[in-house]
Amino acid sequence: MKIEMKNISKAFGTNKVLEGVNFTVQSGEVHALMGENGAGKSTLMNILTGLYSDDGGEIYVDGKQTQFNGPLDAEQHGISFIHQEMNNFLEMSVVDNMFLNKEIKNKFGIMNESKMREQARFYLDKLGTKIDVDKPIGTLSVGRQQMIEIAKSLMTDAKIIIMDEPTAALTENEIAQLFEVVRDLKKQGVGFIYISHRMEEIFEIADKVTVMRDGISINEYSTEDVNMKQLVKDMVGREIGDFYPDRNPHFGKVSLEVQHLSEKGVFNDVNFQVHEGEILAFSGLMGAGRTEIMRSIFGIDPHNEGKILIDGKEVHIHSPQEAIKNQIGFLTENRKDEGLILNDSLRDNIALPSIGGFVKHGIIDDKSVNDFTNMLMKRLTVKAQSADVSAGSLSGGNQQKVVLAKWVGSGSRVLILDEPTRGVDVGAKREIYDLMNELTDRHVAIIMISSDLPEVLGMSDKIAVVYEGKITGIVDTKTATQESVMTLATGGSNDGRTN
Amino acid sequence: MEEQTKVAEKSEKSGFNFKKFISKLGPLVALIILIILVTALSPGFIQPSNLLNLLRQVSINAVIAFGMTFVILTGGIDLSVGSILALTGAVTASMLASGTSAIIALLVGFLMGGLLGFLNGVLIAYGKAAPFIATLATMTIFRGATYVFTNGNPITGAKMNNSFLFQFMGRGYLLGIPVPIFIMAIVYLILYVLLHKTTFGRKTYALGGNEQAAYIAGVKTKIVTMWIYTISGLMASLAGIILTSRLSSAQPDAGTSYEMDAIAAVVLGGTSLAGGKGRIFGTLIGALIIGTLNNGMNLLGISSFYQQIVKGIVILIAVLLDRRSSND
Repeated sequence: MKIEMKNISKAFGTNKVLEGVNFTVQSGEVHALMGENGAGKSTLMNILTGLYSDDGGEIYVDGKQTQFNGPLDAEQHGISFIHQEMNNFLEMSVVDNMFLNKEIKNKFGIMNESKMREQARFYLDKLGTKIDVDKPIGTLSVGRQQMIEIAKSLMTDAKIIIMDEPTAALTENEIAQLFEVVRDLKKQGVGFIYISHRMEEIFEIADKVTVMRDGISINEYSTEDVNMKQLVKDMVGREIGDFYPDRNPHFGKVSLEVQHLSEKGVFNDVNFQVHEGEILAFSGLMGAGRTEIMRSIFGIDPHNEGKILIDGKEVHIHSPQEAIKNQIGFLTENRKDEGLILNDSLRDNIALPSIGGFVKHGIIDDKSVNDFTNMLMKRLTVKAQSADVSAGSLSGGNQQKVVLAKWVGSGSRVLILDEPTRGVDVGAKREIYDLMNELTDRHVAIIMISSDLPEVLGMSDKIAVVYEGKITGIVDTKTATQESVMTLATGGSNDGRTN
Repeated sequence: MEEQTKVAEKSEKSGFNFKKFISKLGPLVALIILIILVTALSPGFIQPSNLLNLLRQVSINAVIAFGMTFVILTGGIDLSVGSILALTGAVTASMLASGTSAIIALLVGFLMGGLLGFLNGVLIAYGKAAPFIATLATMTIFRGATYVFTNGNPITGAKMNNSFLFQFMGRGYLLGIPVPIFIMAIVYLILYVLLHKTTFGRKTYALGGNEQAAYIAGVKTKIVTMWIYTISGLMASLAGIILTSRLSSAQPDAGTSYEMDAIAAVVLGGTSLAGGKGRIFGTLIGALIIGTLNNGMNLLGISSFYQQIVKGIVILIAVLLDRRSSND
């Protein structure tokens, strides 16, 4: 199967989203689609699968001009779209999710459950994964759910599979497994459109890459003929210089120290310290307990043993309020669920942890709050028309800056950043790194959890590696390599475990 | 990328204005149209005496609905307000009937409403009960307690009417204006400031917008929740005092289905049942819309059976309009 999209344009009202985009993909190849958030990738894919109609241009499938009526129609013609947000019904079993709206039933409307189970197992086996199809899908890791999505695509006999940021929430091992499946299916003649922000992956898995910027397809390359620098340049329309800024840290005294911190069954005997001006990265596989340790330090979750010391003095933190009082800030990994109130204005979001400081005679001093938020938005280069727009209207990178502004504003001297650049596009990533440097120059201590190894190596001074709830090593970033960190993160051996 | 951001903001802005219009001015426009319509059909409506009468009728529902606004802003609901009204009204009446001084009787009744609301708050914040279920249960319990306390009979008594203060609350006039209207206005002002000018208000919105994010930002979500249900309870008992004074007696079935009128006022005022969005001004307008409908239809001699149908239809239209504006 070969799909050619020619000169596609699309506008929402007066807002031109696509202006003459060309894109081609065929069976047996992986064609990556790159571009910053808002470049028009998703719109292009939604036009291909018929969710939107285009305003101009043609789509040819095997040389014949075609327009699908909607995702279901596209699916029936062999094009399946695996969205980034998988929209699974977490309480329902794997097999029920796989067959939702496609149930096999007899003429009386009674479902044939054994046949559905059998088929579900057949396709999952084809991908080389062993999954209990009767388990609620919510109990499986994101990586497993991703595999189930692919199995679902195969079930509809997909010839072209569109994957939108499939690895965003996967561990290194799960990514490796996913790529193996992709390569295998490629050999069987399946084509992939692979949307991703991660450069390393593009070079590992894609045959071709098309870069989009501001609704235009900039260039198409064979991955062999292009380098990362060129792709970044195409994406942002300018040279970005080095991807990670230089770090010239000056350490002060120990800011936060954790001694023997334990919570039964979650993490065990965690010890580390972070200095003023230092970035300590926490690396490890997803589910290793990194986030749980930080949630406990911040008082969201409990711990049964251990001490937390700030500036050498023991503190007792049982709630976020107490953590904030001790000048700790926490950018959580999920900004939509925990970091922001999407419907509220940027001002209300940024001022929330500090609002108590703006009260005169019981009444909030709106002018001071305004000055405060405007100053922070300027300092953190939040791009928004005003502080009145809702947080939900901003791009991922700008949302992340709003969360950062909130914690900088609350006077954090220890900042915990959990996956600070997840879902953030290249240009904004660099800005967040620059901000981290600026903050450490002002003696803030930063703890950065990251699953992105190049980021860990590029942006930290020390790396604490967590494996199954324990710190297996704290290494100096200067001497660390991807391999040495990975080895610690997998408990010292690369036995290819998943899950 | 900058351009993209700008474009996104532009569309946000134009959408924002439309939403703003519907959610802020929409109810007010509806009220004005309604007033014009009712006046055209029945000119007596616009007479000052009738308008004062209308405001006095509205005051009880409005006071309950002001408290309900806080609850609904957090994404919760308080079904127990009607029962709290009845129980606290009965307690106040019986104290007055047995000769207790009015100040103490009124204060005990008022604070008891806060206590019952606090109980709701504890069940919801610490018991982690769904607000609908928790207050459905307490609604039934408080109503049952009222029947037990009153033996199912109204509480009246000559001594009740000896107290000036008690009579003043529901039947008094100040500068020719019924006292319940003053109470409504004062409560509105206090709660307006609380919601829009204090950190408590900000926290209420934050809680309704995203409880987990609010908690991580340092909001004591449980304590805020308890206070909010306490406020709702206090407003219910205040309404109970006004009603008992108006009727010079406490009825065991007083306030039945008042929670529905209060919820209707809040929703008509544009506050989202999902929480996080809405204003107390809208609730005032919502209560006035319901009051105008009731009053107008009475003037027009429309049977109370039809009145319910009309009220229901108005609520439906408001909700559908609100959905259209928030989905856009």
